[in-house]
Amino acid sequence: MTSARRAPCKNYLTENFTLRSWFFTTDHKRIALLYFASITMFFFIGGGAAAAMRYILLHPDGAPVSAEIYNRLFTTHGIVMVWFFLVPAIPTTFGNFLLPMMIGARDVAFPKLNLLSWYLFILGGSFVLYALFVGGLDTGWTFYAPYSTMYSSGHLIAAVTGIFIAGFSSILTGLNFIITLHRLRAPGMGWYSLPIFCWSLYSTSVILIVATPVLAMTLLLLATEHLIHVGIFDPALGGDPLLFQHLFWFYSHPAVYIMILPGMGVVSEIIPCFSRKELFGYKFLCWASVSIAVIGFLVWGHHMFVAGISMYAGLMFSFLSFAVAVPSAIKVFNWTATLHKGSISFEAPMLYALGFIGLFTIGGLTGLFLATLPVDVHVTQTYFIVAHFHYIMVGGMVTAFFGALHFWWPKITGRMYPEIWARFAAVLMFCGFNLTFFPQFILGYEGMPRRYHVYAEQYQVLNVFSSGGAGVLAVAYLLPLFYLGWSLIWSRRASANPWQATGIEWQAPSPPPKDNFTHPPKVPAKPYAYVTPGADHD
Amino acid sequence: MTERHIVEKELAEPYADLRHQKQTANLGVWAFLSTEVLFFSGLLTAYSVYRFLYPQGFAEAGRHTEVLLGSINTGVLLTSSLFMALAVHAIRSGARRLMMLFLLITALLGLAFLGIKILEYYKEIGEGLLPGVFFTYAGPYAHTVEIFFFIYFMATGIHALHLSIGIGALFFLIWRTRCGSFTAEYHAGVEGVGLYWHFVDAVWVFIYPLIYLLGRNT
Amino acid sequence: MFDFLPPQAASLSPEIDFLFFGLLIISALVLGLLFTLLLLYCIKYRRGSGASRTGQEEKSWRIEIGWTAATLIAFVALFFWGADLYARLYEAPPDTLDIFVVGKQWIWKVQHPDGQAEIDALHVPVDRDIRLIMASQDVIHSFYVPAFRLKRDVVPGRYESLWFHPIRTGSFQLECSEFCGTDHARMTGEIVVMSQADYANWLATQAHGDSFAGAGEKLFRSLGCGGCHGPGSTVHAPDLAGLYGKTVALADGGFAHADDDFLRDAILLPQKRAPAGYAPVMPSFAGQLDESQILALIVYIKSLDEKPRKTP
Repeated sequence: MTSARRAPCKNYLTENFTLRSWFFTTDHKRIALLYFASITMFFFIGGGAAAAMRYILLHPDGAPVSAEIYNRLFTTHGIVMVWFFLVPAIPTTFGNFLLPMMIGARDVAFPKLNLLSWYLFILGGSFVLYALFVGGLDTGWTFYAPYSTMYSSGHLIAAVTGIFIAGFSSILTGLNFIITLHRLRAPGMGWYSLPIFCWSLYSTSVILIVATPVLAMTLLLLATEHLIHVGIFDPALGGDPLLFQHLFWFYSHPAVYIMILPGMGVVSEIIPCFSRKELFGYKFLCWASVSIAVIGFLVWGHHMFVAGISMYAGLMFSFLSFAVAVPSAIKVFNWTATLHKGSISFEAPMLYALGFIGLFTIGGLTGLFLATLPVDVHVTQTYFIVAHFHYIMVGGMVTAFFGALHFWWPKITGRMYPEIWARFAAVLMFCGFNLTFFPQFILGYEGMPRRYHVYAEQYQVLNVFSSGGAGVLAVAYLLPLFYLGWSLIWSRRASANPWQATGIEWQAPSPPPKDNFTHPPKVPAKPYAYVTPGADHD
Repeated sequence: MTERHIVEKELAEPYADLRHQKQTANLGVWAFLSTEVLFFSGLLTAYSVYRFLYPQGFAEAGRHTEVLLGSINTGVLLTSSLFMALAVHAIRSGARRLMMLFLLITALLGLAFLGIKILEYYKEIGEGLLPGVFFTYAGPYAHTVEIFFFIYFMATGIHALHLSIGIGALFFLIWRTRCGSFTAEYHAGVEGVGLYWHFVDAVWVFIYPLIYLLGRNT
Repeated sequence: MFDFLPPQAASLSPEIDFLFFGLLIISALVLGLLFTLLLLYCIKYRRGSGASRTGQEEKSWRIEIGWTAATLIAFVALFFWGADLYARLYEAPPDTLDIFVVGKQWIWKVQHPDGQAEIDALHVPVDRDIRLIMASQDVIHSFYVPAFRLKRDVVPGRYESLWFHPIRTGSFQLECSEFCGTDHARMTGEIVVMSQADYANWLATQAHGDSFAGAGEKLFRSLGCGGCHGPGSTVHAPDLAGLYGKTVALADGGFAHADDDFLRDAILLPQKRAPAGYAPVMPSFAGQLDESQILALIVYIKSLDEKPRKTP
C-alpha cells in the first residue's frame, strides 16, 4: 500500500520528536493532541464505570456488587464524564486545533496559557481519580447538601478540589478563544465570515468564563462546609440546602450548553460540505448559538421543580425552559433545509451528522416534556431524565465528536481513515445507542427512579434491553480505536482538502506545518460558498 | 533601546505588531477580571440570601467586626490604588525609576493592608468568632453570627489571597524593571497588573460596607 | 392498551397522562416530519441523482421567521396547558385529611392524626382529599408515588406538602427518588388505598399512641413551654392560642405568616423570624426534638383555640 502522496517535509508532528517539545509545546495543535489523549482516557474510565453499571442493572437484586460500590460507580461515571469528557471534549481538541486555522491565525492569543490550561486539567483530573478510586465517593456528581457535607463518607474534598482546578482549565480555554476570535482574525474576516463552528465556540467560551467561577465558589463553600460544619447549607444551624442547589445549577445548567454548542457547530460544518450547499439561514444560526448561551443562564430552576421552590418560580422557569428550546429548533430546521436541493453523499462524517440531528431532536423534544411542569413532577429523578440527557449528551455531543473526528482526521493526521469500517461503526453506534437509551424513557414513565442499585422485578425486561444496547455501543466506541489507530500507519495519505470543503483550515497542508499555513490563506467573502452540481447560478 | 530592539524582544508568536499584542493582552485581562467578578458573586449571593433571612442576626454580627481597622484598611487600599495609577502614568512617559518607586509604595501599602488584616483576624479569633471548632461566641443569634463570620472569613480571606498575588506581581514587575523591561512604548505587563490591582480594590469597596457597616446606624 | 403505564390511582393521574400523550403525539408528528424530510432529501438529492436542483432558496428570512414563530406559539400553548394543570396539582384544596410523613435514612415513618403509626406504608381512604405534611430527619429524600404521578422532595429544615385524591383502591408503589445514601434504592414502601369503611376499621384496629395533638400537649408541658407561654407566666412571651394562620409582625419590621414552617423555626431557630415587641430570650430546642416531636408540638399549637385571656 504505497502512498501516492508523500508527507509534507516538516509538519507540526514531525517538527520535533523530543518529549520536551511535546510537554513544553505552545503550539495549539500539539496541545489539542495532548488534550485528545487525556479526554480519551477519561472517556474510557467513565465508560468503564457505565459498562459496570449496565452489567449490574441486569439483575433486579443488584446481585454482583454491594450498594456502596454501585453508588460509587454512578458517582464516578457522572463526575468523570461531565467534567473530564463532555465539558472539555470538543473545545479543547477540535477547538484548540482548528480555531486559529479557521480564522487564518498562527496560534491562539495566549499560547502559554493554553499549555497551562492542559496542565491544570491533568492536575485536576489526578485529584479526582484519586478521590474516586483510592477513597471512593458516593454523592453523585451533583453533591447535594446535606448528604455530601454531613453524611457521606468518602473523599469529597479531594474530588471537589480536582474539579475546582479543572474549572480553571476551562476558564483559561474559554478566555483564550474569546480573545483569539476578537483579535486574531485574518484581515478581511468579519464576524459574518466566520464558520458557525467559530460562533459556537465563542458562545461556549462566554458560558465557560461566566458560569465556571460560580461553580468554583460553590465547590469551595461545599468543601469548607464538609470540613468545618459551619452551617451554610445545614438547616439545623440555620443554613439552607436549597441555596446549594441554586448555586450548583446556576453553573450546571449552562454547562450542558457548553457541552452541546460545540457539537452543533461541528454539525454545521459537516452538513454543508457533504450536501455541497451553502448553510441555510447562516445569520439565524449565528444568533441562535448566542441565544442558547444567553437564555441558558435563565433556566436553572427547572432542575428544582420538585425541590421546594414556589409555584411561581416553577412557572417562570418552565416558560423560560420552553424559550431556550426555540433556538435549538431553529438549528434543526436550518440543517434540514440545507439538505434540500443539495447533492448529498454519505461518508462517515455525514452519517454522524445525520445521526446527531435525529438523536438530538429526540433528546430536545423530551426536554419539552420536562419543561411541562406536571409531566416533570412525575418523571423527574427517574430514568426518563437519564434517557433525556443521554440522548443529548451521548446521542448528540458524542456523536458530533465522532463526526468531527472523522471529518478532520485527514487534516490532523494527514491520513484517510478506512471508510467502510467508519460507516459501519457509525451505524452500529446509532443502533446501539437507541437500544440502550430508548427503553429508559419507558422505564422512567413507569416509575423507575435513577441511582437505584436494586429495582422492582417489573422493570427487568427493559433494563436487559438497555444493557444489551450498551454492549453494542461499547463495541461501536472501541472500533474507532482500532481502525483509526491502523490508519495512522497503513492508510493512504490525505491531500490538503479531501472533502473539497470551504473552511480556511483546508487551505493548509495535511498535516499542517507548525505555523499553520505555507501561504497566507485566502479569506472567502462569505462562508460555505459551496456550488451544488446541477444548480443554476447567475 | 531602539524601537526595533523592543519589538524583537517583546513581540510574541501570533501577533502582527506590538500595539496589537498590547490591546490583546488588555482584553485578556478584562476577560479574566470578569471571571473574578462572578467568582465573588457566588459568595455575595450567599451573603444576600442569609442577610435577607436573618437581618437581625447579621446586624448583631456586623457590630462585632472591627470597623476601625476595616476603615483604615479601606483608606490604605484606596491610596495604594492611587500609587498604582501613578506608576502606570509614570511608565507611559518612560519614567522607569519613578514607576519602580510607585510600584514599591503600592506593594508596601498592600503589605500594610495585610498586616492590619492579620491583626484583625487575631482579635476576632481571640473573641471566639472563627467558625468551626473554635467558635465560642455564645451571645444572641449565635448560629447566624457563625454563618456571617464564615462568609466574612471566606470573603476577606479570598480577597487577601488575591491581594497577596497582586503584591507578588508588583515585586515581579519591580524586578523585571531592574532587568530592563518596560518602556514607554511597551509596558503591557504593568497595565495588566494595574488593572488587576484596581479590581482587587473594587472588590474591597463592595465587601467593606456589606461587612463592616451593618448594624451600625442604630 | 398501554399497560406499561403505572395505574392511574389519583384524580389528576389521567389528566397528567393525557398531557403526556399529547406531548408524545406532537413529538411523534414533529419527529415523523423531520425523519421523513431527512430521508426524502437524502434519497432524492443524493449525489448523482437526477433530481432538479435549480431554484435554491435565496431569501430565507421569511421562512425562518415563519417556523420560529410557529415553534414559539406551539411552545407557549404547551406551557399554558401544563401551567394550568400544575396550578391545580400544586395547591391543596381546603379541608384535607392531613397525614404526617417523616423521611429518614432509609425508611418512611408515617403518622396519622390520631396517632396511628406506620413504617414504609401509608394507608389512606379512597375519594378523599389527602395532604401529606413531610419532614426529613437527616438528608434530602423524595416521596414518589408513580401511580399518583406525584413526587415532592423532603428537605431537612422545612416542611413540604403534597396533596392527592385517590380514585381507586389498591396497593401502589412508594419510592424515594432523591439519592440519600447507601440504601436509597431500598427506601421503598406501599400506599394502600382502602374504601372509607375499611379505612375507618383499620384506624380503629391499629394500636396507637397518643394523637399528635395529645403527644404535643405532653411535650409542651414536659419541656416547660408553658412556663413562658402559659397564663400566669411572668415572662412576656407571645400568646399561642389562635396564633396559627395569623400574620405576625417581626422585629426587623417585616411580617410573617404563622404557618408550619414559622412555628418550626420558632422552636428550633427562634432568632430567625423573631416577633416584634419581645426580647430575644426564647431558647432553641434544636437537637432535643426529632421531627415527629416537632410536628406533634405544631399540631398541638394549631389546636389551641383563641380564648379571651388576661394580659399579664
